[in-house]
This record gives sequence, C-alpha cells and structure tokens, in this order.
Amino acid sequence: MISVRGVSKSFGSQVVLRRLSLEVEEGKTTTIVGPSGAGKSVLLKLIMGILQPDEGEIDVCGYSVTDASSEADRNAIRENLGVLFQSAALFDSLTVYENVAFPLTECKMLHRDEAHERVIELLESLSLVKYARKLPQEISIGIRKRVGLARALAVEPKVLLFDEPNTGLDPLVGQEVYDLIAESQQSQGFTGVVISHELPEVFQVSDRVVMLLRGNIVMEGTPEDFQNTDNPEVVQFLHGRVDGPIRIQ
Amino acid sequence: MSHTAGEEALEPLMGRALGQIERLGAWVIGSIQYWGKAWIFLWYLLKGVVTPPLRLRLVFEQIAQIGFHSTFVVALIGIFTGAVLAVQGEYTLSKFGATAFTGPAVALSLIRELGPVLTALMVIGRAGSAITAELGIMKITEQVDALRSMAVDPMKYLMVPRFIAGCIAVPLLTAIFIAVGIFGGYIVAVSVLGLSSGTFVSQMVSAVGTVDVYSGFIKACVFGFIFGWVSCFKGHTCGFGAIGVNKATTQSVVTSSVCILVTDYFLTSILTRVFL
Repeated sequence: MISVRGVSKSFGSQVVLRRLSLEVEEGKTTTIVGPSGAGKSVLLKLIMGILQPDEGEIDVCGYSVTDASSEADRNAIRENLGVLFQSAALFDSLTVYENVAFPLTECKMLHRDEAHERVIELLESLSLVKYARKLPQEISIGIRKRVGLARALAVEPKVLLFDEPNTGLDPLVGQEVYDLIAESQQSQGFTGVVISHELPEVFQVSDRVVMLLRGNIVMEGTPEDFQNTDNPEVVQFLHGRVDGPIRIQ
Repeated sequence: MSHTAGEEALEPLMGRALGQIERLGAWVIGSIQYWGKAWIFLWYLLKGVVTPPLRLRLVFEQIAQIGFHSTFVVALIGIFTGAVLAVQGEYTLSKFGATAFTGPAVALSLIRELGPVLTALMVIGRAGSAITAELGIMKITEQVDALRSMAVDPMKYLMVPRFIAGCIAVPLLTAIFIAVGIFGGYIVAVSVLGLSSGTFVSQMVSAVGTVDVYSGFIKACVFGFIFGWVSCFKGHTCGFGAIGVNKATTQSVVTSSVCILVTDYFLTSILTRVFL
C-alpha cells in the first residue's frame, strides 16, 4: 500500500533520513517508533508529499508521490489519505461540525446537505454530537483528537496517518484514543501508519513495528518481536533508560 | 614560510575586512533570495486568481473582514482629515486672498493623494497585520499542512481570497474616505470658517475632473494589490513560535507601508504626466 525505497532527506548539513526503505502492508497498521529527531515526522511528511526526498522513491496506493510534478498530481494522491496531526490541527475559525464537514465540502465538493448525513454519523460514532457547535479552543485536547480523527475518517481514506496521536494526553484519554483507532480500523479497514514514541502502549494498535534511529531502521517486526528482542538500542528505548547506545539529543 | 612584522600586523585587518565583505555578500544573497521568493509567491497568487475554482464565499467573507469591519475607522479618520485640510487650506489660501479655493484644495488633496494613501495605511494597520498573524499561526499550528493533507491548496483556499478581497476593499474604502473627508471639510469650512457653501461646492465641482478621480482610483487599486501581496507573503513565510509571528506581523506592516509610500511617489509622477 505504501512503498518507501532508498529515501534520503537532509536539511542543510543535517541528515534526517539515510536511504530508508519500508513497506506498509494493505489493511494493517504499521507503527514507526524512535526517539525525537529520528526522522519519523519527516517520513510522514514525505509520504504526504508535503516534503520532497533528496533521493529515493515513495509510492502510495500505487501512485508515485515522488514523480508527481504538480500540486494537482500530489492532491490526487492525497485524496486517498487521512491524517490525524499531533496537535489535531483543527481549523480554529470553524466549529467542530464544520471541521468534520470540511473535507467533504471543500475536497470532495459535496453540497452541505449531502455532507450533513455523513458528518452526523461520524459525530455520533465518536460521541461528539454535544460539541458540534463549539470551537476547537473551547474543547479539551482529548476531544480535539477525536474531532481530528472524525475529520480524517470523513472521506473514508484508504490510508490513515497518525502523527503522535497520544502526545500530551493523560493515560485515560490516551487509551481512549487507542481504542478509537482500533475500532475505526476494524470498521473501515484502512491501512494505518502510526508515528509514536509511546512504548509499549502503541503496540496494542500495531500489526507491525519499525524503529528508526539516526535516519535508518534499526529493527522491524511484530510487537512481540520488539518485546522479546535483545537489541540493545531497542531495549534501551523500550525501557526508557538513559544509559545505553542511544545518546540523548 | 616566515612572515615579516608588517604582514603579521596586517593579518587581523585583512580578517576584519574579509568578514565585512562576507557579511555584505550574505546580505546581498539573502536579499535576492527574499525578493525572488516574494515574486514567485506573487506568480502563484496571480495564477490562483485566474485558475478555477474561485471560492467566492471566502472572497466575500474576506471583503467583510477587511472592508466592512474597517469602515468605521476609515470614516472617522476621513472626516477629521477633511476637517484639518479645510482649516490648513483656508489659512494658507488666505495669505493669497484665495480662500474661495478651499473646496478644491480639500477635494483634490483627498482624491489624488490623501484618500488612497491614508486608507491603505489604515487598512494595513488594522487588517494587514491580522492577515499575516492569522496565516502565520495557521502555518505553525499545522493547519496549513492539514489543508494540504486534505488535497486543498492553501494558496487557493487561504491566500487568493484575501488577496482579491484586498484589491476590492481598499478602493471601496478609499471612496468612503474621500466622500466623508470632503463632507468633513465642507462642515468645517462653512460652519466654523464662515466660507460660503455655494462657493465651496461650485469651486470644487469645477476644479475636480474625471482624471483626478481616475488617478485616485488607480492608486487605491495598486495599494490594495500591494497590501494583499505583502500581508499574505509575510504570513506564508512566517517563522516558528510567538517570536516568528511577532516578526512577521511587524515586517508585514512596515514593508507594506514603505512599499506603498515609495510606489505612491512613482505613481504620482507617472499619473501626473499621463493625465496632464
């Protein structure tokens, strides 16, 4: 579903990704973990086509993101994607209802009446109806994440990208977000890519886990493989130890 | 290789001189890159204006935001500017025994110069900084990335409506400023300075021609264009954090104001010759 082949990306003299290759299977959730600065969010932006790699190729749903020469070509690929941003990235001048309706009315160009049914369905399934008229700044971060998920699910994307879905949430709300991801993945069958450093909690929504370090993959496997590994870098990161081969940046 | 004492004494001076040249070079390259980005941004902005779909609802919303919500302040400043012009004009013209020309002095100053310039400067202060701050905050809170991820072009959705609204709202506000300014000048000239109402109006009507109105209108359109371009560009290139937004809004107001005042001189020179 997503194929990343030999991708490198640098910002000035700082090399973020080095010839990274990764395959994301259709209908499964792949989690990319790693310490801050490992290149996780950059990889996500490369998949979205917001950044361009220095070298390598990226395919999403059979279309080449790297060969897309115009914004219109990239937009055609992005129509298959939904994204839940770290801060939810809701439009602060729009209400919760308008935020969820936005991709339907502005991207799919549906009439407001046509979009209404789908919006209400999403608001009900994510228990957001009572917040429908509120602005993003009037609701908690946990509710904002739910609204972000509803907005991402609105166009029934084939691929859903989650950028640190639990950062800044308390454990209860964090668990709620994981439950929502698992439920929506089961009901909609999308291919998920989760960026996170919340270990081992994120394993519950992961079919496959990839750990990035210094711009490359140090381990790839199932959550069980990660919990049973003796790879010193993975063990250090998994248990949050200060001493070890990973230097804190 | 051994150095003489003279060469050794020269080394720090050479180092400082090279440092100055390096800094000058960096400044020149930085300026060229900056203006290059600004012109490329304008190219995409104009491309967005002529490429469908044009989101008219957003354009009208922005006209209300930039134009309608600035009406009161523009009218208030307009009425007092007209009043001041009447007082100053009457004082100056009285030295030549020509107070009958107070009406034309007020009207021509407002239509040809003060109307477009002061309106543009007020709109920059009220709406330009707001546009830059709004776009900058949307950028740093990932709302612009969210638009892209939903296959919505931020240029067409955010920048183009604001740019078009600026080009429409500034000339409309200028018209209001001029009308209210002339009214303010008339009230002061007739009620306070004791000039004849008939003289004020008849002299003004005979002195003001269509070319003066064209001149003011063209200036207002160009200032609206500059306002929209600079405000959107500064929001688009806003740096990160509160400092980034602070810098972008300040630069937006300063750059727009300077560009408008410089352009005003050249426009005045050209239009005076064209409409002679």
